[in-house]
Amino acid sequence: MTPTSDVPQTNPGTQFGFLDDFAVREIRRGLLKALAIPGYQVPYASREMPIARGFGTGGMQITLAIATPEDRLKVIDQGADDSVNAVSLRRFIAASCPALLTVTRTPEATIIQTRHRVPERPLVAGQIMVYQVPYPDPLQIVEPSEAKRRASHAHGDYARLWVKLYEDVVRFREVAISNRYPARVAGRYVIDPSPIPRWDLPKLHRSPVPHLFGAGREKKLYAVPPFTNVVPLAFDDVPFEVERFRDVAGKRNRCQRCGADDTFLDEIPLTGQASRWQCNDQDRCSENLGYSDGA
Amino acid sequence: MVRETPVLTASGLTRIHGRGCLDCVRLTGDAQGRNICPSCGSVVALADVSFELWPGEILGVMGESGSGKSSVVKMLHLDDQMTAGSAIFRESDGRSHELAQVDEVEIRRLRDTRFGMVHQNPHLGLNFGVSAGGNIAERLLCGGERRFAVIRETALGLLDRTEVPRGRIDHQPGQFSGGMQQRLQIARALAPRPELLFLDEVTTGLDLSVQARILDLILEIQRELGVAMIVVTHDLGVVRLLASRTIVLRHGRVVEAGLTDQILEDPQHAYTQQLVMSAL
Repeated sequence: MTPTSDVPQTNPGTQFGFLDDFAVREIRRGLLKALAIPGYQVPYASREMPIARGFGTGGMQITLAIATPEDRLKVIDQGADDSVNAVSLRRFIAASCPALLTVTRTPEATIIQTRHRVPERPLVAGQIMVYQVPYPDPLQIVEPSEAKRRASHAHGDYARLWVKLYEDVVRFREVAISNRYPARVAGRYVIDPSPIPRWDLPKLHRSPVPHLFGAGREKKLYAVPPFTNVVPLAFDDVPFEVERFRDVAGKRNRCQRCGADDTFLDEIPLTGQASRWQCNDQDRCSENLGYSDGA
Repeated sequence: MVRETPVLTASGLTRIHGRGCLDCVRLTGDAQGRNICPSCGSVVALADVSFELWPGEILGVMGESGSGKSSVVKMLHLDDQMTAGSAIFRESDGRSHELAQVDEVEIRRLRDTRFGMVHQNPHLGLNFGVSAGGNIAERLLCGGERRFAVIRETALGLLDRTEVPRGRIDHQPGQFSGGMQQRLQIARALAPRPELLFLDEVTTGLDLSVQARILDLILEIQRELGVAMIVVTHDLGVVRLLASRTIVLRHGRVVEAGLTDQILEDPQHAYTQQLVMSAL
């Protein structure tokens, strides 16, 4: 049987979503497998994209493989819709997916492609999160050999990762992992949740939406299905904590633009005066201010 | 508690490196004076080695370099697969395992929770990238312990037990002396309360006073914890002090087996006689 036998041939150059039908089919299959085995890293043939590997090709391939003309796409990079990477990715996807709308407001989006952040506004059923992942394997920091890492995942052996946590608690009295915090999915596989801050990790736990992770350079797909347990690795007596954003007096910093005290903040150092604190999630900040266009 | 069954029953352990042929075992061994098969060139590391190990017992495995001492330990610790033979390991809860047939998950569980291994070279037994406490913690974490305070306390207790100063728990093993690295290895091996401990040339290369302290430590551990041990060494003094029974290997065969005192006082085999003579 040749693999071409039952794949419809479309005229290259006119297909929706840039990827050829083989690629779309392969990525969708990979995603189904990833959803069926939560947290398992599914290998796939990452395609050449018109941007360099390591610049978000994994997330982009997922988005292109699942997008339909009815979708509304939001692309963020570091919480911002208007940073260079976000704008370039959005433009490319929009250009290759005719009729697909691009949006910046979280509740309007059906697909949210992201690097570094999960939107502050709670996600709702019907949305899909797509992550651009640089390093898919949480064991990479403790084990350089991929063959050994795969064996460890197969055996559920994460002892060396735990030793890293132990060493951190001994040295810093807390786990010193600011982002990419390892988490166990559905009680089985431990994932690297891509470079999202600790702040965002609880948002994956029993989330109503599927979270799809694509590592283009490392050629891996993995997923957290909706309503699945995502539990950060932590000792029973040294609980997992998110960022506190306290000032020296112990008071929680607020966003100096919208006033929110329940969001992930960026510190903007200023010369000669105190740092400025501001929401990292740009859309949430604007929403708190009631959107300048009055909508 | 006295059990009536051995912890370990090894029978006919054989390990042939190479493709092997029908004549391998016949053409090698002590009588032939070689362990390389002249017919096919395979190395017969071990052939037909049998012994029993009883609860709380220390069994000495003696022999010269290349006699197959370490091969015995490698196969029993499941680091290497036997070519033929059988080794039955019985846990204290009554479960028994045929080590020739256990699957990978079971291998990991046995190694992580039931066996302890102390290598001659600390670089094989310790992770030099993490602290002394981290090395012990790794074994406890493998066993599923998830309470930081308990891990810390257990690690300190084991350091006390093996006479490593408490204050050095957060130091890297690379900063330790050779003797202390060896004691740390023992602490690490003991962490999950193993039922079977393998000691492979643990005192080789250490000076005499340090050797004496390590041997004392091993005896104390055996008395207090009652863990069964297999001690591999080429040093007569070590088996004399530690082992109640000893087997002597040469060219991959058991050439003498029995009570240690008997073997050392009245060696029957020419090789053992030579060994005992040269030690004086």
